[in-house]
Amino acid sequence: MPLVLNEEQNMLKDAAKDFCTNNTPITQMRRLRDDKDESGFDRDTWSQMVELGWAGITIPEDFGGLGFGYMGMGVVMEECGRTLTCSPLLATAVGASAIIHGGSDDQKSELLPMVAGGELLLSLALEETPHHSPYGSLMKAEKSGDGYKVTGAKKFVLDGHVADKLVVVARSSGNSGDRDGLTLVLVDRDAKGVKVTRTIMADSRNAANIEFDGAEGALLGEEGKGADVLDKALDAGRILLSAEMLGGLQECFERTIEYLKVREQFGVPIGSFQALKHRAAEMFCEVELSKSVVLEALSALDEDSEETAELASLAKARLNDTYNLVSSEGIQMHGGIGMTDEYEIGFFMKRSRVSEHTFGSSAFHRNRYGELQGY
Amino acid sequence: MGMLEEFRADTRAWLEENCPQSMREPESEDNMIGGGKKQEYANPDSKVWLDRMAEKGWTAPMWPVEYGGGGHSKEEFLILQDEMIRINARSPIGGMGFSMIGPTLLDYGTEAQKREHLPKIASGEIRWCQGYSEPGAGSDLASLQTKCEDKDDSFLVNGQKTWTSGAQYADWIFTLVRTEPQAPKHEGISFVLIDMDQPGVTVKPIKLISGGSPFCETFFDDARCEKDNLVGQLNRGWTVGKRLLQHERSSISGLNSGGARGRYDSMGTLPELAMEYCGENNGRIADSSIRESVTENVMNQRAFSLTQQRAMAESEEGGTPTFATSMFKYYGSELGKERLEIQLKAVGTQSLGWEGDMFEKQEKLLTRTWLRSKASTIAGGSSEIQLNIIAKRVLGLPD
Repeated sequence: MPLVLNEEQNMLKDAAKDFCTNNTPITQMRRLRDDKDESGFDRDTWSQMVELGWAGITIPEDFGGLGFGYMGMGVVMEECGRTLTCSPLLATAVGASAIIHGGSDDQKSELLPMVAGGELLLSLALEETPHHSPYGSLMKAEKSGDGYKVTGAKKFVLDGHVADKLVVVARSSGNSGDRDGLTLVLVDRDAKGVKVTRTIMADSRNAANIEFDGAEGALLGEEGKGADVLDKALDAGRILLSAEMLGGLQECFERTIEYLKVREQFGVPIGSFQALKHRAAEMFCEVELSKSVVLEALSALDEDSEETAELASLAKARLNDTYNLVSSEGIQMHGGIGMTDEYEIGFFMKRSRVSEHTFGSSAFHRNRYGELQGY
Repeated sequence: MGMLEEFRADTRAWLEENCPQSMREPESEDNMIGGGKKQEYANPDSKVWLDRMAEKGWTAPMWPVEYGGGGHSKEEFLILQDEMIRINARSPIGGMGFSMIGPTLLDYGTEAQKREHLPKIASGEIRWCQGYSEPGAGSDLASLQTKCEDKDDSFLVNGQKTWTSGAQYADWIFTLVRTEPQAPKHEGISFVLIDMDQPGVTVKPIKLISGGSPFCETFFDDARCEKDNLVGQLNRGWTVGKRLLQHERSSISGLNSGGARGRYDSMGTLPELAMEYCGENNGRIADSSIRESVTENVMNQRAFSLTQQRAMAESEEGGTPTFATSMFKYYGSELGKERLEIQLKAVGTQSLGWEGDMFEKQEKLLTRTWLRSKASTIAGGSSEIQLNIIAKRVLGLPD
């Protein structure tokens, strides 16, 4: 699988880098936070992203998208990660993946073009506890007329308070932890029986807790067989998030190295101290390995490879750990100013930890990797 | 694409016909062939295999044909390697001739030197060892003191080298010597080739904690070195020596072979080993802590292999940049050491036996391999040195 970007992908990356540097610098995230912006992302910026085609990168051409593939989406996410961009791109891509893999022809024809056109924001409503649990759902799904009713409570729904439709992971049969019996239901956020409470998170990115009380929605896929579609959507999310994390950790690392060269104490740049050199060099190795796994995982998605699941876990586990390391070292190596809100380096650590818990921690993914490999 | 497919088909056919059955399993440290005048071929198939591959130019597939190589491109080399792995065919020969002095002579040698030395490496006739480190010059290699004096019709060498791998089996030694004691330390060093078959060169094996003696001390007492065996310019040998170190690092990190070939692990994969010794619980390694360590190491190994592939895909014309070799050498050796530590945890006291029937052959080998692995982060440029190189050359951190 290609581990190097082709010319088209490189061009997209350059364009994305340009866009994010000029239109979504970290100061935008700061402003959204400080202004307590209602949407949690800049709507004008989002329109511009839509115009660039970003909302449709992973949507097949048949359904109004660019069909550019996941490698393309990955480089966009990476550049967004560098500037800690706040946007609905990731959550919507995950929801769209569920529709692509589980939707009926009618659902795909109706909804996917709207996603590509930026008119439909989506999100997966999965978690019911503070820890990622794909098959843990207890929330009930019951047949109701042509659709399904869902009852229960979801936590940590990305973009939960701005998504137009939610892909709700509920259960028709079986117990918490059973893969069988999961049912995906498409519920409008403003449907009757849906109560959204926005949660302000440490990284200033959108999330919400949502209660469902007999809220009605449309079945996505087959009753009781939602896990296959869910797995695919989650893996797409893990890999795209890993790509975003890759951007963030690279930016954090580069800023830290720059600081080591510039900051002087005891009459010399602190980067001349061997202890810091060694820690920096160790980080460099982890960063390089992280690049490789993200590229391999993105390629796997594009090739619909059988290895996608294990590569998603490989990537997410590594990116969790590497972003954790680099962002923590980023603060430590900046010394006192690293602790200030005014300085930007602390934002990377906040984003790293929230990302770490999104779609699976390292321990979760190491366990999953072992299971997929048979041990 | 058609030509490469044809090459693959021809290679496959030739290998099938010419690779003896006993050569179709991985070698271990004690039956690896290094060639040279002292090589004993315990299994006659080894010699047959060597001769056949040498004739094809396949002991050094990418060297020019006129120097005993196969004249192949990188793509063809990868195909050959792939086809060999497919039937588990072992390399017919290896050693510093191929991985270090050969490539260095191709970079810096005169035509005469290339024609004199390269074919004998490729055929397995001559085996080489490396005279770099001295008791007082390890990480600080440039502080070396072995003296090399100009005696008009030849050089005269006096001094001592240490950690000379395989010196007890080698025929020739390539070495860094001091030809100008008055100059600043990096500017008085020359790179010379010395025939070890002379009274002035003696060798003493060093016993290691792992029981074997892969390294020696090498003594030069008025040893003679021919003038035409000076590689590069007089007093400008440090540059040549450094280039060789890059080749060494590439070879240690498996970059030269594209990272495709992992180390032969006599006990199966790490997960298999853990499953066997820790037991199974619903198809999972029973000890959850060891299971997590195993998975983490395996995942890091995979990320590492992908990075080796990515580096190859990125590099132009097969050249590997300095930083890549340091990163791979550092990370690969640390990962390997960690892997052996996990094996020890999994195998428990059965991995700490030294001799006797209470321990399986594979278990006793594991003990020795674990001990031996501690050298991997010291030799070929210690981890600390590699991190210094990365910090300086890649990250540009100040001195």
